[in-house]
Parts: sequence; structure tokens; C-alpha cells
Amino acid sequence: MSNLAWLLASLALAIAPHLGHVPLWTGPLCLALGLWRLAVEHGKTKLPKKWLLFGLTAAITAAILGHFHTLLGRDAGVTLLVAMIALKLLEMKSPRDTMVLIFLGYFLVIAGFLYSQSIPMALYLLLVVWVTTTTMIGYNDVKYGLAVRPRLRLRLAGTLLVQAVPLMLVLFVLFPRVPQLWGLPKDAHAGMTGLSDSMSPGTISELIRSDAIAFRVRFDGAPPQPTARYWRGPVLWDYDGRSWSTRTPTEGGAPQVELLGEALRYTLTLEPHNQRWLFALELPAALPPGSRAGTDMQILAQAPVRQRVRYSLASHTRYRLGAEPGASEQQRALRLPAQANPRAQALAARWRSAHANPSAIVDEALGMFRNQLFFYTLSPPLLGQQAVDDFLFGTRRGFCEHYAGAFVFLMRAAGVPARVVTGYQGGAMNPLGDYLIVRQSDAHAWAEVWLAGQGWVRIDPTAAVSPDRIESGIAAALPEAELPFAMTQLNLDWLQRARMSWDMLNNNWNQWVLGYGQEQQRSFLSRFHASLASWQGMAIAMGTGLAVLLLGIALWMLWHAPRRGTDPVQAAYRTFCIRLARRGISRALHEGPADFALRAAQLRPDLAAQIGHITQCYIGLRYGRQHDAVRALRQAVRRFRP
Amino acid sequence: MLAVMLLGSINYANSMGFVLTFLLGSLAVVSILHTWRNLARLTVSAGKSTPVFAGQDARFEVCLNNPGGIARHAIGLRAGDASGEFADVPPHQAACLTFTRRAEKRGLLQAPSFTLFTTFPLGLFRAWTHLDLDMRCLVYPRPAPEALPLPLARAEAGSGRSHGEGQEDFSGLRTWHSGDSLRQVAWKAVAREQGMLTKQFAGEAQQEVWLDWDTLAGPDTEARLSRLTRWVLDADAATQRYGLRLPGCSLAPGMGDEHRRQCLEALARFGL
Repeated sequence: MSNLAWLLASLALAIAPHLGHVPLWTGPLCLALGLWRLAVEHGKTKLPKKWLLFGLTAAITAAILGHFHTLLGRDAGVTLLVAMIALKLLEMKSPRDTMVLIFLGYFLVIAGFLYSQSIPMALYLLLVVWVTTTTMIGYNDVKYGLAVRPRLRLRLAGTLLVQAVPLMLVLFVLFPRVPQLWGLPKDAHAGMTGLSDSMSPGTISELIRSDAIAFRVRFDGAPPQPTARYWRGPVLWDYDGRSWSTRTPTEGGAPQVELLGEALRYTLTLEPHNQRWLFALELPAALPPGSRAGTDMQILAQAPVRQRVRYSLASHTRYRLGAEPGASEQQRALRLPAQANPRAQALAARWRSAHANPSAIVDEALGMFRNQLFFYTLSPPLLGQQAVDDFLFGTRRGFCEHYAGAFVFLMRAAGVPARVVTGYQGGAMNPLGDYLIVRQSDAHAWAEVWLAGQGWVRIDPTAAVSPDRIESGIAAALPEAELPFAMTQLNLDWLQRARMSWDMLNNNWNQWVLGYGQEQQRSFLSRFHASLASWQGMAIAMGTGLAVLLLGIALWMLWHAPRRGTDPVQAAYRTFCIRLARRGISRALHEGPADFALRAAQLRPDLAAQIGHITQCYIGLRYGRQHDAVRALRQAVRRFRP
Repeated sequence: MLAVMLLGSINYANSMGFVLTFLLGSLAVVSILHTWRNLARLTVSAGKSTPVFAGQDARFEVCLNNPGGIARHAIGLRAGDASGEFADVPPHQAACLTFTRRAEKRGLLQAPSFTLFTTFPLGLFRAWTHLDLDMRCLVYPRPAPEALPLPLARAEAGSGRSHGEGQEDFSGLRTWHSGDSLRQVAWKAVAREQGMLTKQFAGEAQQEVWLDWDTLAGPDTEARLSRLTRWVLDADAATQRYGLRLPGCSLAPGMGDEHRRQCLEALARFGL
């Protein structure tokens, strides 16, 4: 394979993972320009003229601008980089240009990590680095027509990388991490999934098709019962007839929380979801550092969560929240659009006149869900303008957001303060890693009603319809045919085990490799020595580590000359030359074996026969077709004692 | 480039970005060691240099001997402004590189210092060494451009060229001895395994020319040497026996490559 073929292959490998997020025309463009360059190499065509190249560059830049409306930002930047690589191929003349292309290839690899840092991606990109390095060696070698075979080149590149790994590890562990330097482009965090700040029919049932991890939790002691695993997220107050949302956050003031029972301690690692809220088991005793919460106990971080965050909390599953809410909060928890859902409002009014006690109204509603024909389904029929009416008196098929939404609507209409709470419910224990995995498919919505003397009480209307959902998780609650693909497979035992092992590996990867930031670095390093927690300590350790490693590699390279691969014929002949040299007859560099033998025989006529025999064997083996004389040569050399 | 990568990694707090940046940085550092080892412990020695005429390029050969078990790749040699030449040196073997230098003057030409370098494997760093080996190349005087008839031919037979016909008056064979021109070897006899025999031609013994310094007029030493050089070449080409007489030095008539070499060397070293 020629050098150019190697270069094109390594660039193609580097571009491949980006094809998903660059405009569609980028792939064919790269292919076309690559083929053009290949044709140039085979003398079929010429490199484009300057003006054509300039025109192409301008056209492509314009196309990128047209697509993204900017040249900055992650996606536009990557597209620009890919296009420039393809164009540079047509401008590549000097070795310097080649190096620039190779560096751009490396740059694309690092850009790949902006999209995914998963283990398979890391392995793939490592492969790309290996191939690219091999290409680089080829350009520094075979351009002179020398013979390093591709296999040897691959091996050399591998050796270089393997030797670089220990240095990389030292740098990775000890290079002081600093906080972000400047703002990121807007699209830097696109594509993260998670709960949104509003809920309408369909939002959560969409989300639960995603198999993505929401967060992982490691409990210090035993995990709580599945029915108690309510992970509180956004609290939704306002209903506009279609969707629930929180337009203005609840006013400050510490939430009134009275904690009962035992505390459960745990550490939660939240995947980035590009929103501000943090999740906690209902109900945490204290907030994660740097976060705050309104009276409704919706925990908000200072900024959208764009990196994996880890926090330790203690939660109590028994609690009393907001025993005496303010008047404005009470009012807000009763507000409804006046004209919405008249049949539901009428039903609620009947309950209100029948029961003086709000908790009886709650039971009435739950009893309705439980005793009448309501179905729990992931694909409910579409609802009309009066969504709650349509649902309660028409379709009666819905997902948790239908039940929670309808329930809160009925409560408010019946004069019971109520609100919607979204978050996650349940989660699966990973028996191998002993931690709980909560996926997007565990997303859930429930309700809270305010009852005098009890405060805000969690009511989960879904549990009334489908107790399985709460006790055994989503996969058990839905009919088999409705399950998202990833969940149907769970029945297979070995697959489940493999899935759990894989998740454990990913979890460790996330915790130790990807999550290695400022905080983790400090706490990890201070385990070894207190001085390592400061950047000066890190710098000194880093310098020392690098120096020691480099010295080690250098010494190893010096002493470790490969014995393997030494030609036995060459070795035997060398011994012969060394023995003659000890007697003062050394072979000049320009002297061929025959000339040398002649000269040596003249100087030592007594050895002439031996010298002649050895030389004959050697020449025969080296240049002739005798391949069976190796043993004879070695014996002759062994016996040769001048 | 690494700096940009590092800044990007810091800003995006991208762990794998850090990993890759550090890996590439370490790769570069490790490649320094490899580049250094690629050149280290090579033994360099001067090779043969073939005499040239003034005005030609003298070629100097540098032999690289690899005593170790690791192949050396793309070792370059550069002298002066000339573009480099490259060679691989397999384990326990030697490879030779040559470089040229324009030979302006007759005499001994001292090789200039040269540089051995390598950028293998990654081309990011360059290991080099300046060397000054005691290498010399003998430079013969520049042959006079125009062909004048050989002096004796002018004096006795009238045409030096006609002696070419003498080669056809074959008189017999004698055993070959060093100094005889390879052109006169009886190759057919060699093929018949009769040993190396030299063809002898009738009249050769009488056709001797003396190339004499004193027969040439003019004060310019170099011009005279040029003329003599030209004659030596012409006489050799005509397979004529010729002797050379210089002030303080005389070479008896003879012929063949060795004789030619001796004459040219005498001319090259004359007065130096």
C-alpha cells in the first residue's frame, strides 16, 4: 500500500465517526477529493489550479455558513475541519503539507471525543491514532524508497504508542486540572436526553424509549424498597390546558422539612442532561454543594449540568414537607384555566360537595383509577382539545403523565392543593457493581397533594392503575409488545449479566477516567501524599515521574537490542571476522567477502583452506541458492581458531 | 498543535481529550529517543574514492556500519548545499553513502565536513552529527580540450591514429601481468580456461612515444600538465606504449591501466 493510500485510509478512519453530525454532502465531497488525489498520484489528472482551489474553498465555506449560520461552534467547526482536510489533499506537495494533514487528522480524532467518550469510541479512536502514526512513519521513511514493510511500520508505531502510554498516564493523573477557561459554543452539549421543564401527554412516554443512563447511585447500606425509590426532579405548578410547567420558580425561603425515620446515605453520579435540576431520593436532609432549592424542594444547580456530577446525600423516605405553606403557594396549587375540561371539573365539584375531607377526595380519585377500566400503555391514543376530559371519559389509556396530570387537575378542581412532580421511579441494582442504575426509561411523573397536618403528600395515581410499575419497574408493567427493544431482551439471563457487566465497566470508566476533574484529582492524589493536592506538588511529581520514565525507556532501548531476527548466517560470518580481526586481519568496510578471503589467505596461508571454505559457504548462503549449508558454516566457524 | 488540543481539552473538561493530547505529546517525546537511537552507535568510516579529473565531481564514500541488532532507517548525509542522500543500515551490516564535491584543482582534494542526520521515525525531531573524516580524492589535471597528435606520431610515423591498425597485426600471446590493458586480454583463451593471456601485436615494441614536459613550450605549468594528461589518455586509448617525462620524474614506457594510473598520478602530484 502506498503512502498516499495509507494517508487517505487514516484520514477516512478519522472522518468516519463525524459523518453523523456533518451535513450530508460532506462525505461525498471527501470521497470525491480523495479520489481526485488518488488519480493525480497515478498520473491520470493534475492537481487543481490555484483559482479553482480558492473557488472550491469559498464555495464550501459558504455552504457550511448556509447550513449552520455560523463557522463557530462544534458541528460547524468539525465540518470546516473535515472540508479543509479534503481540500488540503489537493494542495499537498511538500512533506510539510503531509505533516499538516496528519496533524489535522489527529485533530479530528480529538474532536471525536467531543461527541462521545465511551469505551468503544475511545478504542476506535486509539486505532485511528495507531494507523495515523503508521502513516507518519511511512512518510518519513519510504519517501526515499527504503524498505520498511507495513507490518514493521505498524509494529514500530505500536511500540512508540506503548512506550508513550506510561508517560501519558503520569501526565493524565498529575497534570493540574483547572476550571473551564471560556464559554463553550451553544451546541457543545446538544443531544443530551433527560426530563424537560414541562410535561404534556407524550413527553415522558417518548423519554422512556431511551435506554440512556440518567444516573447511578451507590448506597452506603441497603438500598430502599423499590416502592420507595422516588427520585425527585422538576416540580410542575402551572397548567395551561395542555401542558404542565413551572413558569416562575417558587419564591425562596427554606423549605419546611421535617425528617422522620432512618437516613439513607448514598452517592449519586448524574449524567449530564443540560438542565439545572439535580435528582435526589425523596427527601434529602441537605442539598448537594452549590445547589439551592425552593419551598417545593426542587433542587437546582447553579448552571446546567453539562458534565457528569457526583454528590453524596442522606435521604429520609419518611418525611413531612411544607406543613404550613404560604397563601400564595396555596393559591398557585389550586389555579386552573377556567374553561378547561368541563366534565372533569363537574366530576370534581361532585366530589367536593360529597366529601368534607380532602383525603376522602383523594381516595375517590384513586378508587376511580383503580376500579374503572383504565389502561397503562406506552402508546395512548391522541387526545383532543380537552385533554383531561378526553382521557378520563374517552380513551382511558395513558401513561404516567396522563394519570398524574389528570389527577392533579381533578384535585385542584375539587379544591385540594396539588402539583405534579416529575423525576424517576425505581432503577435496577447492578449485582456485580452493587449500585443502582436509573435509566431514562425509569422516568416518571406523580402528584403531591397538600393535606392539613400532613403537608405535601405524595400520591402516585399510576400505582393505582398499574401497581406493577412501582413495584417491579416499567418492563413488568407494560405489555410485552409495547416494550422498547432494549427492554424486551432483559428476559435472557446471560444477556442481562453481560449488560450489567458492561454497565459496571462503563460506570468505572465514567467515575475514574471521564470524571477525573479538579475535585477528583485532588481527593485522589491527597490519598498518597498531602502535598500532591496543590498544583506545585503535582508539577514536581509530574516532572519527576516523566524524567524517571524517560530515562527508563531510554535505558531499556539501549540495552534491549533485539536478538531475535538476527540472521544465523550473518552471525556466524561475523564471528569468523571477529576471530580474524583478533589476529590483526580485519575486514575493511568496502571489502567484499571474496576480496577479504583472498587477502586473509595471503596473510595467513596456513588458514587458507578454512578461510576459503567458510567464505564459500557464506557466499553460497548469502547470494547463491544453497540453503542447506547453514550447519556446515556454523561448524566450520566454530572450529576456526586462528 | 498540542497546545491547542490541551486548551480545548481543558475548556471542554474532556478527559479523553486530555488522554489523547498527553498520548500524542508523549509519543513525540518517545520519538526523540527513537530518532536518537536511529543514529547513535553507528560507526562511520571513510570509503574508497576514485580519482577524477579536475572539473569533474569528486565522489566521497562514507560507510556506515551498524554494530547493533536494530535496523537503522533513513539515515541521511548532507555536505554543503547538496540535497541529502539516504540509506538504510540493516542490523550487523554496513551501507555506504556518497557525496560529491566539484574538483576544481589537481592534486589531493580534501573532503569537506558533512552532516549525518535522521528524522526517522516521525519526522518531528532531527538527530544529527557533524563529521570531518580525513578523506581525500586524487584529482588529475584537466585534460586539454583539443586533441593534438601524439608527439612521437608527429615526429616519426606521421599519424598517431594509424597505429590503431597495429592492433590487427596479431603476433601472439603472452601471460598477462598486472598493468596490461584489459582490452588486450585474450578473452577467448580465458573462456577455454587457458588462463589470462595478453594478445601481443606486431610493431608495438617499436611504437613507443615519450610524452615529454620539455617538448611543450609555454610558461604555464597547468597548461602543459593538461596537454600531457590529454596525451596520456589518447595514447592509452590508442593502446600505444608511452612513457612520461617530467622534471625530476620519469616513467618508463608501458601501457595498461596501472601504467595510466601511475602517469596520471605523477601529473596530478607534480610540483605539489
